[in-house]
Parts: sequence; structure tokens; C-alpha cells
Amino acid sequence: MHYSPAHMHIPDNFLSVTVALVCWLIAISALWVAVSKTNKSLGEKQIPLMGVMAAFIFAAQMINFPIFGGTSGHLLGGALAAIMLGPWAAMLVMTAVIAVQALLFQDGGVAVMGANILNMGLVTAAIGYGLYRATSSQSKLVKFSVAGFAAWLSVIAGALLASLQIWLSGNARLQIILPAMLFIHAFIGLGEALITVAALSFIMRTRPDLLGDDSESAKGGRGWILAGGLISLAVIFLSPFASADPDGLERVAANIGLIGANNPAPLALIPDYALPFLGQTAFSTIGAGMIGIIVVGAIAFLIGRGMKIANRKS
Amino acid sequence: MHFDAFDRYHQKESFIHRLDPRVKALTTVFFIVSNALLPDGAWSVFALAWIFLIAANLLSNLGILYTFKRSIIALPFALIAVTVLFSMPGKPIANFQIAMWNFIVTDAGLLRFASILIRSWLSVQMAILLVAVTRFPDLIHALEHLRVPSIITTIIAFLYRYLFVLTDEVLRLLKARESRSAAMAGHKSGGGILWRARVAGNMTGQLFLRSYERSDRIYHAMISRGYAGHLYTLNPHEMKSSDYFALAFSVAVIFILQIIGRL
Repeated sequence: MHYSPAHMHIPDNFLSVTVALVCWLIAISALWVAVSKTNKSLGEKQIPLMGVMAAFIFAAQMINFPIFGGTSGHLLGGALAAIMLGPWAAMLVMTAVIAVQALLFQDGGVAVMGANILNMGLVTAAIGYGLYRATSSQSKLVKFSVAGFAAWLSVIAGALLASLQIWLSGNARLQIILPAMLFIHAFIGLGEALITVAALSFIMRTRPDLLGDDSESAKGGRGWILAGGLISLAVIFLSPFASADPDGLERVAANIGLIGANNPAPLALIPDYALPFLGQTAFSTIGAGMIGIIVVGAIAFLIGRGMKIANRKS
Repeated sequence: MHFDAFDRYHQKESFIHRLDPRVKALTTVFFIVSNALLPDGAWSVFALAWIFLIAANLLSNLGILYTFKRSIIALPFALIAVTVLFSMPGKPIANFQIAMWNFIVTDAGLLRFASILIRSWLSVQMAILLVAVTRFPDLIHALEHLRVPSIITTIIAFLYRYLFVLTDEVLRLLKARESRSAAMAGHKSGGGILWRARVAGNMTGQLFLRSYERSDRIYHAMISRGYAGHLYTLNPHEMKSSDYFALAFSVAVIFILQIIGRL
């Protein structure tokens, strides 16, 4: 339909299993907190609100405006959602959006969804909300400027993380992917910032209560200012350093042991197909054997369940 | 816009369509993860995985190349991996100059690139098949059975339910903008980028408020119909014996693919 895929969705098999797993772990722990926080603090009224807001983010991505040469800008929405709904609710909303994009539209992978949720749902919400929350007693001008900057930075952060993940998976060269991704997204981020600020000022003019002191937007703890601020600082310092000197970043990664000094495929722990973290020892063979036993056991269990049900019916 | 405008479900009568959505969702995830675990250049196993996929296509009565045809849309994403061609150390096999950079394609890079493409393409096809043979609400229900927190599945259910409603809303907004944006010959029309972005932003804010107020009305309607915090379904989603056998069969096939890939 009128659905255009965005540029930051990592497809399946573009990340190594290790990187995908680490991203899932981070995403699941953050979402676990988000689920328990929202379950505790929100009334059942918030459920339809969050659901319709997820549909809103999806639909708002169809509103585009021409930039030049046939390209057009549109919203990704993480920062706007966080400012309007609060960070935890925004994380759940963005997760639902990313899940539907992957499951229904094949935009972004299924097995790498953890990374996509982390890049586009969690970090964007933390940056968007943290920076905006810091301006609670400031003038409108400051608020909107900071919101715009936060929206821009959230897009940059997503692009930075996606490039790092693909690089750590050994599927792209940092010297190429990082400057390219950051350059493109510096422009995409401008569109994001402009739309976010315009939408916020429209809402401020028509429904100021939604952005006032009693709104969801003002309820997030002040800890978010610290969290969002720290993540923002990391992005601001890492992006120029990394794009100006990707070799430097590779050296650092080699020094802290993320990648072997001469190993072009960082974190590719799967190549020799024994259990890599155990090395080529007897343990490794035993470990591989145990996985085999578990899988065969699972198959036997499933067949057993099936037979039991079949017998009960006959 | 019709309520199922976004559903990719393809109504057919088949064994796969009748399977429990859990079986189909799990098989898809296992298949995709299994692809990721296969080593580069395991061409024979990639071919076997494709045969598995074609068999699933056939069993679904969708036609042998159904997912193949639909998978073409996913190809542009492959561009992300192009840089891997030049980044693996190995024997140089081609060499070309763009501006001041000299790109050397290595055999290891080519192997990696082709492997990523094939894996990714197999995975996309399986995901396409999943939504073609499973109604989306059933899929959401399967996620709930698979222990995805109900708050997330409920948000997804609402997203799916109201996506077409809000899309209609967007189309109205876009039409309104079009109808007020005439370009007369000889006259400059429209403003600069900032002006255009502000119009788009106002539309976004407008859409936000309409959605926000709609969610209020939805909530009141739900209360008036007895909503008590949970969505119900008439579909029992009970695993039958054939479901267990089918899942066991898929796990076995995927496991055997892994073993062949490591020999």
C-alpha cells in the first residue's frame, strides 16, 4: 500500500548470531522493565491509547514532504512518541511498530528484531525523553529546540548502532558503512527534527494539556535526564571520532578483545562449528553432543504429545 | 479502506493453513536462526533449505513459486552488505576504481556476500510464507501462547485493528494538502523546505490529536461492551496431534540441515 520502508531496518542474517543474541538480551531486559512499569502505573485506559498510538506512528510515517530531487522526508517517531507518551509506554509502542513491520511487511528481520528494537525503539525513546525532560521548567523556545535536537540525535544514534552491529558481525567494513550511514541519516534526522518540532508546537497550540505538568509527558522520573544525557553524550562523542578514524575504533575493539587484531570478522564465533567458547577440546565435542541430545529429545517429546492426542481421540 | 487492507493472508484450503499458528511461527523462527548458523558457502544446504521452502509452498496450495515472486521486494536491502565484497582479506579477483578509491573484490568477500544474500533471501521467503498462511490475529494469539507479554500482544492487536482506520485518516489529510496545493503556470508555488516540513509537522500533530481522541472513544466503547482488561477469541488454538507431528518434523529437518552443513 502506501508504505515505504525506512532505511534503518536490519534484515535477517545481516547480523551474526552472537550480536543478534546480545541485542535481544538488552532489548528484552529493557522491555521487561517497561512491561512491569507500565503494568503497575497505567490504568486499563492506557492500553487502547498505546495501541492506537502504535497505529499512529505507523500511519504518520506515510506523511512525507518533498526535500529535493525526488527524495522525501518522513517521521520515524521514536522521539515524538517518548515525549508525548512517556519513555516506557513509547518503548512498548515502538516495539509493536517494529514487530508488525517485520512480521507483516518483511521490513527488518525476525531473528534480528532485538537489534532493530534496540536501535529504533529503545535508544530513540531514551534520548528523546531524557533530553526533553531536562527542559521542563524552560521556555517554549528552549523546549522545542531541545526536542528537535533530540529527534535528530535519536536518528543518528540508531544509524550509529546499526552500523556498529553490522560491523561487529563482520558483514561490512567500518570505514565504509559508518560514514555512509551517518551522512545519510544526518539528513534524514533533519526531517525528523523538523516534523517533530512542528507536530509538538501544533499540539501545544491546540491541546496544551497533553504537554502540561499533569500529562504523561511530565511523569517520567528525573533519572531519565541522566540516562538520556549519557546516551546522547556517548553518541555525540563516538560518531565524529568513529567516522573520522574508523581504524582507531577497530584498534580499540581489538585492544579490549572484541575482535582479534588480524581477524576481519569480529565476533564471528561460529566458524568452526564446535562450541566456540569452549575451544577445540573434548568439552566442546561433549557440548555439541548435548545440544544434539536436547534437540532429538525435543523431537521425541513433540511426537509423543502428538501420539497421545491421536490415541485419545480414536 | 477495507479492514484487511494490510493483511498478507492468502485464503486457501490446505494442510499448512490448518496448522496451529504456534507451529508455523516456531518453524519460521527456527528456520531463520538455522540459516544464520549455516557456514558461508554451504551451497548444498542452502539448496536443501530452499527445497524445504518450496515443499511448504506446495503444501500451502499457493503455487510453487509464491514466496519466490514476493521476495523480490526485499532485494534492495542487500545493498547494505555490498561493502563486505571489499572487506575480507583473500585472493583478489576483481579490481575497479571509483573516484579516488580503489576497490578490490576478494574471493572470500564474494563468498561471504553471496552467502549473506542467499541466507537473507531464504529467511525473507519463510517470513512471507508465514503471514500468507496465517491470519494476523491468529499470529498475535500464537505470540501470546509463546509467552510474549500480553501488554505487547494487545498493543500489536490494536495497531493492526486501527492501522487501516488511521491510514484512511492520513489519506484524507494528504488529499486535503493536495487539493490546496495548486501550481499555476508561471507562478512559483509552495514554500521552502522549512515551510513544507512545517506543513507535514502540522499534519502529523493533527493526526496525533485525532488518534488520541479516537483512542478515548474506543476506550469508552470497550467499557460499554464489558472490557475487563483482556481480549478474548473464539478460536481455541488447541495443538492437535498433527500439529505436534508437523512441528517435530520441521525441527528434525532443520536439525538435519545443520548437521549436513557442518560435515
